Amino acid sequence: MEIVHVYTKLRSEFGRECLFSDRPAELLVDVPPDPSLALQFIQKTHRDQAVQACRDMSEHQVNTERFESDSCGINHVEGGWPKDVNPQEMEQTIRFRKKVEKDESYINSILQLGSAMEHCIRQNNAVDIYQEYFEDEEEVEESQEPPSAKTINVFRDPNELKRTVTGLSWHPDGGRKLAAAYSCLEFQKTSRETSLDSYIWDVENPNRPEMTLKPASPLVCLDYNPKDSHTLVGGCYNGQIAYWDTRRGSQPVEVSSVEHSHRDPVYKIIWLQSKTGTDAFSASTDGQVLWWDVRRLSEPTECLVLDPSREGHLDRALGGVSLEFESTMPTKFMVGTEQGVVMSCNRKAKTPAEKIVCTYDGHHGPVYALQRNPFFPKNFLTVGDWTARIWSEDIKESSIMWTRYQMSYLTDACWSPVRPAVFFTVKMDGVLDIWDILFKQNDPTLSLKVCDEALYSLRLQDNGRLVACGSQQGGATLLEICSGLSTLQKNEKSLLAAMFERETKREKILEARQRELRLKERSRSEQSREEDTGRDDGDDPPDQLISRAETDFYSVVETETRRRRDREEQNVCEEKEVKDEDF
Amino acid sequence: MAEVEETLKRIQGQKGVQGIIIVNSEGIPIKTTLDYPSTVQYAGLIQQLVMMARSTVREIDPQNDLTFLRVRSKKNEIMIAPDKDYFLIVIQNPSD
Repeated sequence: MEIVHVYTKLRSEFGRECLFSDRPAELLVDVPPDPSLALQFIQKTHRDQAVQACRDMSEHQVNTERFESDSCGINHVEGGWPKDVNPQEMEQTIRFRKKVEKDESYINSILQLGSAMEHCIRQNNAVDIYQEYFEDEEEVEESQEPPSAKTINVFRDPNELKRTVTGLSWHPDGGRKLAAAYSCLEFQKTSRETSLDSYIWDVENPNRPEMTLKPASPLVCLDYNPKDSHTLVGGCYNGQIAYWDTRRGSQPVEVSSVEHSHRDPVYKIIWLQSKTGTDAFSASTDGQVLWWDVRRLSEPTECLVLDPSREGHLDRALGGVSLEFESTMPTKFMVGTEQGVVMSCNRKAKTPAEKIVCTYDGHHGPVYALQRNPFFPKNFLTVGDWTARIWSEDIKESSIMWTRYQMSYLTDACWSPVRPAVFFTVKMDGVLDIWDILFKQNDPTLSLKVCDEALYSLRLQDNGRLVACGSQQGGATLLEICSGLSTLQKNEKSLLAAMFERETKREKILEARQRELRLKERSRSEQSREEDTGRDDGDDPPDQLISRAETDFYSVVETETRRRRDREEQNVCEEKEVKDEDF
Repeated sequence: MAEVEETLKRIQGQKGVQGIIIVNSEGIPIKTTLDYPSTVQYAGLIQQLVMMARSTVREIDPQNDLTFLRVRSKKNEIMIAPDKDYFLIVIQNPSD
């Protein structure tokens, strides 16, 4: 059915004026609020919400993949000759040239250019604007810029399964090459696919190693021969020693026989100074230090068992983890052991008992690095557990200087070859610390986080500016140290000598005092032995001792954390105060 | 023609001048006082350098143009005068 509205109007009424009338407001609909509906609403907490009418944006980070660059030469062949001229034919080229020379524009432009050129040439001849005026003056004092170091290159392990960089050695001539030993030192973590190779890297090219060394078992350490830069000697994980000549390829020229080698991984191998330049010695955790002549690696020339009782018992021997040899003192050498003891030995002793001269007991864990100061050979640096210690040869009781306990384990250290007061340490949290003991003794002068994983090895180049550190994931990072930390400062040697002397004297005095006290104790205890029966500390049952040690430990940890928290709170309070002041 | 020769002789006679090369816009050396292989090398390398320098100057200010280029090195100085169709390259050793 259609809905239709019919509207009729008289014809005479079309166009008539509309007559509006007024009438009061009329209430049409009234809807009162229903309180029961309000109960269905839940009150929500007020919240500030910002609203902006703008386009949706999103943030995204992009990092390009490591790109491999390769240098190659381009052959420049002559081009540009017009098609009808053959560049090889002398006649045609000469004809072409003569034609150009007759060209009008050629003459004009050459005349113009010639005059401009002459002006500059005469200028050059008149005054040498590049003359050095202040050549004779001494170098101005280095501005006090903060110490810094920057990463130059990272050499990554090209294999899929990454191994730790356990040993590094710089090429002796100029240090353009770095040899790195790769092995997996974690117990039973090596799988069949891990590669056994170690590499020699060219400093300029991080994309590809310059040379591969292929031992029969992964190399734990290696060393370039300081006399002959083509030869290297390396210690393997299975205890063998291998000798390479880089001119002869990747396979070792000779490998020591398994029966006469070490029975544990060779942790350190160093070339010795000898007339033939072919002697090296190695240390391993099987308790032996073996001397080798690389011309005949079938058996060692000499052997020393690191037995502290000096009787040569292998089962009581301490495992060697680091070696130290200074070419200025060819008869003495030092071994750092797994048990934290450093042994100073004399090679030329007649009897094996006299070989071990003295021991220094200082660390709670293995002594991973051991090096004499190149300027003060009487003092040496050791690193192990969470501290780095500096010792003087004369004081056997304790080190003369030491750092405070760091947050993570120290794995390697070495002195700077140019500045006697600077040494470098690497830690298991991936931090490289540079210590300048003339500047600050409590903290490192510069602390750099090199990578996220642990750093295991460290080696400085002979010029003191480049340092290479190797990490657990097979990345060897090359850093350049700022000139402030790698140039000898004035009076540095004398200041450092004075510092070492002072510390040595302090230790000597302390030692003397300890001895005095001990003597007094002994004489007193002998006198009154019958009277004091059970009051000695040593008679306490071991449980009480343990519990006392525990409570001591926990109280120390608590005070330290409380002190830290207080310091943080103080910092936060200070910040808040500053903020309030702004308002 | 003779004026060109005279100009070049005058330049060559200046103190310290080691060599002169005239290269056309296509990189062909027209005239040179050095041996041929070095000339070819200079021509190729310097042309690229001039292109780059010129484009740099023009990008910074399009109204500007390169008039002269001097490359000072430890051992000598290479001066390049570019033109629309030709370059004049002079190698001088100005150690007094």
